[in-house]
Amino acid sequence: MAMGLLFDIKRYAIHDGPGIRITLFFKGCPLSCVWCHNPEGISPRPEKMYTARKCIGCGICIKGCPSGALAFTPQGIRTNPHACTLCGTCADRCPSLATELSGTGWSVEEAMREIRKETIVMDHSGGGVTLCGGEPLMQKQFLLDILQACGREGIHRTVDTSLYAPAATVREVIPHTDLFLVDLKHMDPEQHRRYCGVPNEPILRNLQLVAGSGTPFYIRIPLIKGFNATHENIEATAAFLASLPWKEKKLSCCLITISGKTNTKNSEPATIRKQSPYSLRTKKRPPG
Amino acid sequence: MATTPQRLPGSTANFAPVYAQNIYGMNDRIKQLRKQSVETEPSLSIERALIETNFYKENEGKYPVPVLRALNFLEICKQKTIYIGPGELIVGERGPRPKSVPTFPELTCHSVEDLHVLNTRELQRYTISQEDIDTYAREVIPYWQGRTQRERIFSHVPGSWRKLYEAGLFTEFMEQRAPGHTAMDGKLYRMGLLDLKEKIATVLQSLDFINDPEATDRQEELTAMSISCDAAILFAERHACLALQMAETESDPQRAAELRLIAEVCRRVPAHAPRTFHEAIQMYWFVHLGTITELNGWDAMNPGHFDQHLAPFYEREIAAGTLTRNQAKELLSCFWIKVNNHPAPPKVGITARESGTYNDFTNINIGGVKPDGSDGVSEVSYIMLEVIEELQILQPGSSIHISSRTSDRFLHAGCRVIRQGHGYPSVFNPDAYIPEMLRQGKTLRDAREGGCSGCIEVGAFGKEAYLLTGYLNVPKILEITLNNGVDPVTGKQVSIQTGEATAFTSWNELYEAFLRQLEYIVDQKAKVNNYIDRMFAKYAPATFLSLFIDDCIERGKDYYNGGPRYNTTYIQCTGLGTVTDSLSVLKVHVFEQKTITMAELLEALRLNFQGKEPLRQLILNCTPFFGNDDEAADSIALQVYNDLFRTIDGIPNIKGGSYHLNMLSTTCHVYFGKVTGATPNGRLAGTTISDGTSPSHGADTHGPAAVIRSLGKLDQVKSGGTLLNQRFMPSLLKHDEDVRKLGMLIRSYFALGGHHIQFNVVDSATLYAAQQKPEDYRDLLVRMAGYSDYFNDMNTDLQADIIARTEQESF
Repeated sequence: MAMGLLFDIKRYAIHDGPGIRITLFFKGCPLSCVWCHNPEGISPRPEKMYTARKCIGCGICIKGCPSGALAFTPQGIRTNPHACTLCGTCADRCPSLATELSGTGWSVEEAMREIRKETIVMDHSGGGVTLCGGEPLMQKQFLLDILQACGREGIHRTVDTSLYAPAATVREVIPHTDLFLVDLKHMDPEQHRRYCGVPNEPILRNLQLVAGSGTPFYIRIPLIKGFNATHENIEATAAFLASLPWKEKKLSCCLITISGKTNTKNSEPATIRKQSPYSLRTKKRPPG
Repeated sequence: MATTPQRLPGSTANFAPVYAQNIYGMNDRIKQLRKQSVETEPSLSIERALIETNFYKENEGKYPVPVLRALNFLEICKQKTIYIGPGELIVGERGPRPKSVPTFPELTCHSVEDLHVLNTRELQRYTISQEDIDTYAREVIPYWQGRTQRERIFSHVPGSWRKLYEAGLFTEFMEQRAPGHTAMDGKLYRMGLLDLKEKIATVLQSLDFINDPEATDRQEELTAMSISCDAAILFAERHACLALQMAETESDPQRAAELRLIAEVCRRVPAHAPRTFHEAIQMYWFVHLGTITELNGWDAMNPGHFDQHLAPFYEREIAAGTLTRNQAKELLSCFWIKVNNHPAPPKVGITARESGTYNDFTNINIGGVKPDGSDGVSEVSYIMLEVIEELQILQPGSSIHISSRTSDRFLHAGCRVIRQGHGYPSVFNPDAYIPEMLRQGKTLRDAREGGCSGCIEVGAFGKEAYLLTGYLNVPKILEITLNNGVDPVTGKQVSIQTGEATAFTSWNELYEAFLRQLEYIVDQKAKVNNYIDRMFAKYAPATFLSLFIDDCIERGKDYYNGGPRYNTTYIQCTGLGTVTDSLSVLKVHVFEQKTITMAELLEALRLNFQGKEPLRQLILNCTPFFGNDDEAADSIALQVYNDLFRTIDGIPNIKGGSYHLNMLSTTCHVYFGKVTGATPNGRLAGTTISDGTSPSHGADTHGPAAVIRSLGKLDQVKSGGTLLNQRFMPSLLKHDEDVRKLGMLIRSYFALGGHHIQFNVVDSATLYAAQQKPEDYRDLLVRMAGYSDYFNDMNTDLQADIIARTEQESF
């Protein structure tokens, strides 16, 4: 069984598909959208996250670091990236959760144990599990294992994806998915490359694949002023969507204003990557 | 008079705009009555005390006590000022005018100093004139010296009890108010007081003076009950007379007609059973007023399943065309405002600290199941939800009762009101509380006719005396366990010695000591409770209330004297979250992982974690805490809960019933927090402990779905009520679909066996803003514990408590 790298698990997720859901955040994403609201999900490796406002300056991490990579500065604890081996000792010992490791390894069985806790809530709400990220398709084997395990237990499976992946991967995932949530960011390949770091052709092609399979999908469009909230792009998007065979038409847009407040909680203002204050919701185990 | 700036509901985040044209009431009459009710500042009336004192001076000793009490009630009904306000349809006030509260010197007689404090204190102020204070000092106070219930109780209590009481290990409800906590079943809509008098006469006829040693006592009690009927009928008749008199001089013909109708209604009820929707509401209201005039019982009085009681009248009249839906709604609105006109009589001292609010805990049960087990929701239920949503007033509290038979439509309608963010209605689960009552020995029918009154306590409406006796400070029991029976706050030995904490070699040993302390303290409390019970039975029988509680008439016994079919005594345990988390710290860090030594921990507690912040952070962040669906912590909570149950449940009270566990806190967790030093879970000295069965503030970091799973592990059927507070960001309930999902969360919790859940839908920013500019937030209602209160009427400790509750945010 494959191991997966997750950076968060959220319960009572009510905006990630039907009913009340448990959402698993896969770490690693091939896109690098400038408005990304989960920047800690981009790198496919564990990362050290430091939140200065939580730091009480006790120095336990500095004393405990086997590589001597940490130092006090007026801005808080500074890590020497050349010396740090990402061993995680500092995160283990930090009493105030100022230093945390984003990205922990999960076996399928461990993940299923968390998912099963939600059975009652899922049953009563018509909910299920949502796999998002990051980009869940980047961890294909782990994703497939979870999807199949959930399928065996009759748990509704939603995959929240950019669809930026090899077509073969999408083909493999389709039979084990009950619902796709797909972000459609821009119809123009150049603009897409410029703001998201990758071209959009594979995305559009995969979306045709999903639509053709008959698996339900919802389209979500983050409307961003100065990027895709233009007349032409909306027209082009509409034309493309109209051409798809659609069983269950569902489309949602949220307006994001870069560097300003947004109108939904799901899209926090985040222009500067990797600096948004972030805390793991899964509490650490006691050390030792 | 103070003016209340009105804030439109749509003006802040937590109030979604509702019926813009109908804000604060459906029409001008209701708007006007609401305005008067909200803007009138509570005041004290000495009228009742004067009538009572004069009556007692002349008559004490001339009659048996029950008859004396009934004649006293009759005298008050005969003499008190009758009030019918402009536009009113439902009539009757306990005081001479709205928001005017009488005193009850026979229970606790306020001193001149108390009255000055009440008149001037910042919060929960009750105005009183100097002239009235002088009269009170001259006419009332001297007579009651040494004769009040409060003095009787405190002169009796043993030193061992007093030490625990003063250290804040428990409180005592009945030192200032009488036992109450009761609700009505449907009998008063089928029988008038004249019918009850006939029933009394029959029982009197059948008394066996040869073989029954208590026959004389029964005769006295029954005679007193009969006099109480006369008193209430007279009280209503005086309203009829006044209404007719007013109609004669009324220039508006429409109002004159209304006044004549009021007179007709007041001559019909409560003497006879009601025939119309209007008469049914007025019937209940007279019974309510009689109960709260006769004595000052806790939780005022509750109509119980009011929608179920009114539905037959509504349906009959709608079919006959004698009532429209709007007229019904108008009458219900009038009733709602009437309840709001009656702030709780003022409390002083510790009791004021444990329950500092104007709210008098009338809690209207909406929905639920009928006695035959079918769905209790009717059109009246929906009308009530509309009234609640539109009026936005402090009282009465309301709750929706969601069984597996309740439709999603009703649940959703209730959730939409919850979304408005006033803290009501709270939500109860009949599929949990009916088995709770069955476990306590009630019949299925009686259990189904029961529900929740006051905050969250469960009882068989119209058939049970279920008395809350006081709160138990469970975290403080752990504190004194860790200090060998000494209260570290004062350094006094307040309880038994169970060993030095540093000598415990295992967590189990420590836990055993904790249990020994618990048993000792519960035993102390129960002994004094039983004494207090006797004091009420002997000196302050409630002969009017007894009329409506089966089987007081049949048994010829008072509500306080074992007359009811069921007699339950509750001890309310507070701070399950705090004590669980503290025990978890001791278990994990001190005994299992040995990351901290007991001596280190005790030292940190003594220092209130001063200079020990890394240790405190380690505790806060690296310990399994209750409310996260974490078996390590939840198993401790279950163990403590089961031991509280085992210690309390089944202790016999002296009325043929027994003690049961209750998990309510009202505002007492704040008072208990004040008297409790730092606790092992990282909580600082003096700060609030956890409320009800909710997780400790800030400890539940995995969202509401995890919270309900943790709570679902407790077998809630063993208790007589648990309480779960959840604070939601308004953004979590923005869309209709989100509101639907809230309903699903409630269904899930109830499927897990949950008894009760309530929501505050308000963000921290709004609460901070309300602290900064209270004048702009005069009508910000928030959920406290089993009831709602105005944020601005709360002291800063209570406000901090609300803010500290974990905010469940949108994902």
